[in-house]
Amino acid sequence: MEGLRGYGLIVGMWIRATMAYRTSFFLMLVGNATISGLDFVGIFIMFRHVDALGGFSLPEIALLYGTSTVSLGLADLLLGNTDRIGARVRDGSLDTMLVRPVPVLAQVAADRFALRRLGRIVQGLAVTGWAVAAVDVDWTAGRVLLLPVAMVAGAAIFAAVMVAGAAFQFVAGDAAEVQNSFTYGGNTMLQYPPTIFTRELVRGVTFVIPLAFVNWVPVLHVLGRPEPLGLPGWAAYASPLVACVVLVPASLAWRAGIRSYRSTGS
Amino acid sequence: MGMDVDDVDDVRGVDDVGDVSDVGVVDDVGADEMGRGGGGDVLIELDGVRKVFDVRRRTGLLRREKRQVKAVDGISFTVARGEVVGYIGPNGAGKSTTIKMLTGILTPSGGRLRVAGIDPARERTRLAHRIGVVFGQRTTLWWDLPLKDSYGLMRRMYRIPDDRYRRNLGRCVEQLDLGDLLDVPVRQLSLGQRMRGDIAAALLHDPEVLYLDEPTIGLDVVSKAKVRGFLRELNAELGTTVLLTTHDLQDIEQLCERVMVIDHGRLMYDGPLGGLHTVGEGERTLVVDLETEHPPIDLPGTRTVKVEGPRQWLAFPAAESAAPLVAAVAERYPLLDLSVREPDIEDVIARMYAGRG
Amino acid sequence: MRLHVPLWPAVAAGGFRRYATYTTATVAGVFTNTVFGFVIAYTYIALWEERPGLGGYDQAQALTFVWVSQSLLAAGALIGGGFQEELQERIRTGDIAVDLYRPADLQCWWLAADLGRAAFQLLGRGVVPTVVGALVFPLALPGDPVRWLLFLVSVVLALVVSFALRYLVGLAAFWLLDGSGVNLMATVASIFFSGMVLPLTVFPGAFGEFVRVLPWAAMLQVPMDVLLGRHAGAAEVAGALGFQLGWAAALLGLGRLVQSAATRRVVVQGG
Repeated sequence: MEGLRGYGLIVGMWIRATMAYRTSFFLMLVGNATISGLDFVGIFIMFRHVDALGGFSLPEIALLYGTSTVSLGLADLLLGNTDRIGARVRDGSLDTMLVRPVPVLAQVAADRFALRRLGRIVQGLAVTGWAVAAVDVDWTAGRVLLLPVAMVAGAAIFAAVMVAGAAFQFVAGDAAEVQNSFTYGGNTMLQYPPTIFTRELVRGVTFVIPLAFVNWVPVLHVLGRPEPLGLPGWAAYASPLVACVVLVPASLAWRAGIRSYRSTGS
Repeated sequence: MGMDVDDVDDVRGVDDVGDVSDVGVVDDVGADEMGRGGGGDVLIELDGVRKVFDVRRRTGLLRREKRQVKAVDGISFTVARGEVVGYIGPNGAGKSTTIKMLTGILTPSGGRLRVAGIDPARERTRLAHRIGVVFGQRTTLWWDLPLKDSYGLMRRMYRIPDDRYRRNLGRCVEQLDLGDLLDVPVRQLSLGQRMRGDIAAALLHDPEVLYLDEPTIGLDVVSKAKVRGFLRELNAELGTTVLLTTHDLQDIEQLCERVMVIDHGRLMYDGPLGGLHTVGEGERTLVVDLETEHPPIDLPGTRTVKVEGPRQWLAFPAAESAAPLVAAVAERYPLLDLSVREPDIEDVIARMYAGRG
Repeated sequence: MRLHVPLWPAVAAGGFRRYATYTTATVAGVFTNTVFGFVIAYTYIALWEERPGLGGYDQAQALTFVWVSQSLLAAGALIGGGFQEELQERIRTGDIAVDLYRPADLQCWWLAADLGRAAFQLLGRGVVPTVVGALVFPLALPGDPVRWLLFLVSVVLALVVSFALRYLVGLAAFWLLDGSGVNLMATVASIFFSGMVLPLTVFPGAFGEFVRVLPWAAMLQVPMDVLLGRHAGAAEVAGALGFQLGWAAALLGLGRLVQSAATRRVVVQGG
């Protein structure tokens, strides 16, 4: 709780500081949304040449794309700066965080909070909105509700990957890019249907690093498509549970990382 | 990697100097009392504290060698409330490691350590409310934000009541001359301004003890004087305990009644500054620039250490005033410029070892 | 030219060594490029199964495009990285005045350093992804050493074009207080118009024609086409390299103009 309070305080300060330069902020917001949207433009161009990819139509892929993008956007907004922990260890600024009465993870995550990352979320929501309207689905209350729940749970799963990646940097200082391959790389994968990837790869992102629960499992259910690994039907609703489960090893890894720093000082 | 303990283990032939701490040890400290003002009760307590690092060094393309480095090797001392203590020693002696253990950043490898009755490593965040820390080499302020935003954040982070915050900030702004700097982003501040800003930030929550790691490093003369003056008043008025590491003997001279010297992770000296001077027989150096080249200056009570064109270096006892010497030089030689160099703390310590033979 | 012969190689070697010290970062980068290689490779397989021969490539060529792009990405600084932010920082702090009074030319200095960096990243980050790709997927890597040599020439030209463009971005800091907006736009353009999102030959109609003549095409699409042997005969290859050379000369020249304008500015303001 002290962590959340401290996080809120630091984030609030950064938002006030950002808003002092409104024009610059809005430009960066648009830029952020544009970068995020390039992938979708790529998909759009692909569909100038084909009608379906892996058996999925453009609106269906747009729904996968939108939900995954919103999840990554949320995690990136709230925790994206944790990948700078290696640099903090190197320049010693982690020490200054350790003498403050707020948990270090909250300080690391909140530092230089970049509100411009809302751009990715807005862009993802826009694509999701278009997909929801264009896709051929009977929108029952359950299906409508499943999308936001999956988005938030998906954000928590990405967040767990980010925290674990940050913890890994206590071991390998410059390895910030490794977590990018799971977050941004994972996101790129989740934007496409699982049918185009090999079974081993799909298994890996279902059972090892359960990114499949960010959007594949719930959204395939919404689309009425079979889940390729034949998971039971209730799995479509299991994303929040999966998120809670993966946050445990991630936070343990973080604790171990901080502990090893405090006993080695490097 | 990047530790400051590189050569700690090539121990020079220094005998164990034994337990040099002779400050009265109080067993049970009323930790939560707010009794301030140097009542003599123990605030900081170290007993046989050790810190061992595993240092991995690359010896080949893939091979790595692991060895243990004793950064702090069994240190015991106590600091009473209201004391101002200088903690000195050469680079890599274990000063910073000690400060990091006292603040809870590092967990000791062994021994017992208490600050205000709290074990720093185990209750780091609880301790954070009661200590202030200033690192000379890096800022605790938020780099891109104006000073006052950092302070506002500190106020809420430490839950400082409004009246106390206003009083403390007002005091710091006035005495550290921060009035014009509050709206300036930290990255635009000069080193001296930033240091003053950092000291203020460390004091807003009324810490019982203030740790300063090299607070005057790289500062100009005016900033140094300001910082020292402020710390003196802080201690006198509020009774805040101060523990500072430094390379600048003047910091110690002007601030500390008590000095601790650490080398190779061990406490070599603990006592008044005067004692250290006696041990070290410190000398100061007068550097004079003459109009033309001259043979070595010959004045009683000095020796000319070096001559380089029109510039000469004159050593004189550290305890003596430079004024009569300057007057004497100016009277007899065509003087262009001069400066006084303080004895380097490492010189003093080096001489200390030499004295022990 | 009145330059000391060993100066530029020495500057380049410095750039090389500087990046070579970050071993973990290099390994992590290789890992990331490889992961992205796999993900994108499967999307291209799906796309080229639907539309064989899309953009003039068969599936093996499309997969080669994916993996070799991942190998060139760090060297060409296509998604950011490189020197331009450091240059902007030196301009912002005024350190640039010192650089301008050096006897060595500013543009040549940064070019040498950036080519040194690129050389390291070509080796350190380029080899593994392509090898992994070739082991797992059927790639269309040429067996002809002449083709590889032409590819290498084309890559060097691509690196120079990339440098020249980023040099302009860096110099923008002389006129702009905050370079982050320009940097962001430069990154957007380089990701999209270089062919990293999709090969530019897949871009439809007049828009496709347009993006294929922009300077960003010289940074990735052209070297890939040289490698894949899409140019029939020596004349077409020469045309492709000439296209790169043209953009390199134009952008470097523009950089010099901007640099001298910037220098006058510094001199007028007294540094």
